[in-house]
Amino acid sequence: MGKHVMGVLVKNHAGVLSRVTGLFSRRVFNIDSLAVGTTQDPEISRITIVVNGDSYTVDQVAKQLDKLIDVIEVEHLYKEESVTRELMLIKVKATSQNRSEIIQLVEVFRSNIVDVSATSLTIEVSGGSSKLEALIEMLKPFGIIEVVRTGVIAISRGE
Amino acid sequence: MKLTGAQILIECLKEQGVDTVFGYPGGSVLNIYDALYERGQDITHVLTSHEQGASHAADGYARASGKTGVCIATSGPGATNLVTGIATAYMDSVPMVAITGQVPTSLLGRDAFQEVDITGITIPITKHNCIVKNVDELAESIRLAFKIASEGRPGPVLVDVCKDVTAAVTEYTPISIKETKTKEFIKKLPEVNESILAQAIKAINNSKRPLILSGGGSIIADIKDELLTLSEKALIPVANTLMGLGSFNGMHEYFTGLIGMHGSRVSNKANSECDLFIAIGARFSDRVISNLKRFAPNAEIMHIDIDPAEIGKNIKVHYPLNGDIKAILRRIIEAVEVNEDKKAWINQIKEWKEKFKKKYVDDGTLKPQYIIESLHKLTNGDAIIATEVGQNQIWAAQYYKYSRPRQIISSGGLGTMGYGMGAAIGAKMACPDKTVINVAGDGCFKMNCNELATAVKYKLPVIIALMNNGVLGMVRQWQTMFYDKRYSQTTIEGETDYVKLAEAFGAVGINVTKPEQVEDAIKEALKSKDRPVVINFVIDKDERVLPIVPPGAGIDELIHE
Repeated sequence: MGKHVMGVLVKNHAGVLSRVTGLFSRRVFNIDSLAVGTTQDPEISRITIVVNGDSYTVDQVAKQLDKLIDVIEVEHLYKEESVTRELMLIKVKATSQNRSEIIQLVEVFRSNIVDVSATSLTIEVSGGSSKLEALIEMLKPFGIIEVVRTGVIAISRGE
Repeated sequence: MKLTGAQILIECLKEQGVDTVFGYPGGSVLNIYDALYERGQDITHVLTSHEQGASHAADGYARASGKTGVCIATSGPGATNLVTGIATAYMDSVPMVAITGQVPTSLLGRDAFQEVDITGITIPITKHNCIVKNVDELAESIRLAFKIASEGRPGPVLVDVCKDVTAAVTEYTPISIKETKTKEFIKKLPEVNESILAQAIKAINNSKRPLILSGGGSIIADIKDELLTLSEKALIPVANTLMGLGSFNGMHEYFTGLIGMHGSRVSNKANSECDLFIAIGARFSDRVISNLKRFAPNAEIMHIDIDPAEIGKNIKVHYPLNGDIKAILRRIIEAVEVNEDKKAWINQIKEWKEKFKKKYVDDGTLKPQYIIESLHKLTNGDAIIATEVGQNQIWAAQYYKYSRPRQIISSGGLGTMGYGMGAAIGAKMACPDKTVINVAGDGCFKMNCNELATAVKYKLPVIIALMNNGVLGMVRQWQTMFYDKRYSQTTIEGETDYVKLAEAFGAVGINVTKPEQVEDAIKEALKSKDRPVVINFVIDKDERVLPIVPPGAGIDELIHE
C-alpha cells in the first residue's frame, strides 16, 4: 500500500469529472485527493489524482481510466521524477500575546499571512504534503479554526 | 443541404447502413419519428410493447448479426426503461447505439415533464454517452457513437438528443460509411508485446497438459477458424464460457463443454490438472473461477484479450497477451509445434468425456434436458437459441450443441431475466431465414411476455420453449441445496393458462406434459411461418441444474448428482 500520483489529461467537457469520480467509487478505488484545472490548451483539462493502494490498484485505476473515451492520457508521476505541490489555507486563533509567535512560524515555513483579525490569522502555504502536515502540527496548540487544501498537483521533472 | 436535426439523425443512421431499429415513440422524439415517417423507407422500425423489449431486441439483433443494434426511446421513463437493456449489453460487450429524446435545452435542469438525466444514469453502463444540445454537433455525435460502439471491445453508446435540436435546421453533408470506418480508432488498439508472445509460444510448446478457455471475445473477434486450427494442430482441448459457446464446435472431440459453476466435469477436472491455462477473449468472471485458490492450481495462466483492463483484473497472469486476439492467434499458430507429449493428455480428455458423459435420470416424466436435446435434433442443430436466465439458460447451454458463433443469445454477465423474448425478436429480424427459439422459464417469460404481441405484429415465427415448472427454478434449487428447503417467495405457479395467453396475443399455444408429445409439438411449432408459437412444457418443480459448484467451493468440488 502507498500513495501514488497520476496525471490524467481529459477532454474539457461537462460531465467528464463525474465519469472519472464515478469510476473510482464503482470500482472501489480509494483516492486521497483529486485536483482539476485547465491546461495550456483550453479544450484539455488535467486531473491530478492521488491513489491510495497497492500496485494492483494503481494498475487497474490507470487501465480503467484509459478506457474512458474522454480520457486522452494517463501519466504516472513517480516521486523521484516529479514535482508535487499542494496549496493550503489555514485559519488559527490568535491573540495579541501569541500573534508574533505564529508569525515567526509562518516565516520558518516560508508561508504568508493573507488575513488578520483581532482573534485570528489566516495563513497561505504551499509545498509538499509533509510540509503542510508539519505546519498543521505546529499550529494545533494555538487552536485551528479551519483548514482548506487544494489536493496535490504534480508535474514531471525536466522536459 | 439544409436539414432538421431529426432528418439528419435519420440520414446518419442510413450512412451507417442501419436497416432495422427497435423503438417506442413519445413526446421528445416526435420529430425523430416524423423524419422516420418521411425518409425512413430503407429502415424497418420495430415497435415493441415496452422500451425494455426494444433494448433487448437491439441487443439480440446485434449478437445475431454482428452489426450494431439500434434502439430509440423518448425522454424520462422511455429512457429509463432502456436501462436494463443497456446494462445487459454493456456486461456482454454488445455493440449498441441507444438514441433517447430529451426535453428542450431551455427546460434542461428544471425538472421538466419527462425529464431525466439519462446520460448521468447510464455513465456506469455505457462505453460512452453524450447529450446533444447543438444541432451542429448532432451528425458527428451519431457517427462517433457507432464508431465507439463497434470498435475495439464493443459496447453500448447512448446519445441523448434535446427536442429543440431535432427541430433546428443546419447544413448536413453526407459521408459514406467507408469514410467513418477508415478514420483512426478513437482508442488505439494495443499491440502485443513481442517478447511475451515469444515466451507464450514457448510455454504452449513446452506444456504437457494445456487447456484453452474460449469466451465471448472469441465470438466478437470471429476466431472460429483460428481456434480450431490451434486446437487441432497443438492438440489442445477447448472449454467454453457461457458467452463463448459456438466459438468452437460443440460436437468436436476436443470440446470439453462449459467451465465453472455449471461447468462439465471434464472441463473442471481439466482445469484442475492442466499445466497451462489459456484464456482467449474471456474475463475470468466469478462464475468461472469460483474459489480462486482452487482454480487451475497446477497451471500457469495465459490471457489473450483486447482489453488491457481485463488482464490481471481477476487473476494473476503469467503470459499477458494484450491485443487483437485474431492476430495473436495467427502468430501463435505459425509458431506452435506439433507435440507428442500432448497426445496422452488429449486421450485423457477423451477418456473423461466418455466416463463423465452427461446424463439425466430418465424416469418417464418430461425432462427439460430431453426437451433441449429434442430441439437440437429437430432443428438439425442449426437454430439460434435465445435464452432467459436461470435453469432454462444453463440447460439450453449444456444440452444444445452449438456449432457456430452467434448461435446462442444469452445474458451472461448481467443475468437479465426477461431478456430472451426481446432478444429472440431481434435475432429473428437479423436472421429471418434461421429458426429462432427462446428457451424460457415461466418466471422470466412472465416478465416480458408482452413482446409476444410484437412478434405477432411483425409475423415473426419465433418459438418460445417454455420450461414451466411453476417456480423460480434456479433460486429454488439454491434454497433446496443451501437454505434447508425454505422456499421463500419462489413459488409462482398460479392460474395462468399459457396456451390461452399465447392465443390472446394472436400467437399459437401448445401444451406438453408428457415426453412422447415433445417431438410432435416441436415439429408443429417449426411449421409456423408467420406466427410465434408458445410451447408450454410442464416440468417438475424440483428439476435441478447439474453439475453445480457450491458457493465458496473450488470448481473441482462440483456436485453432479
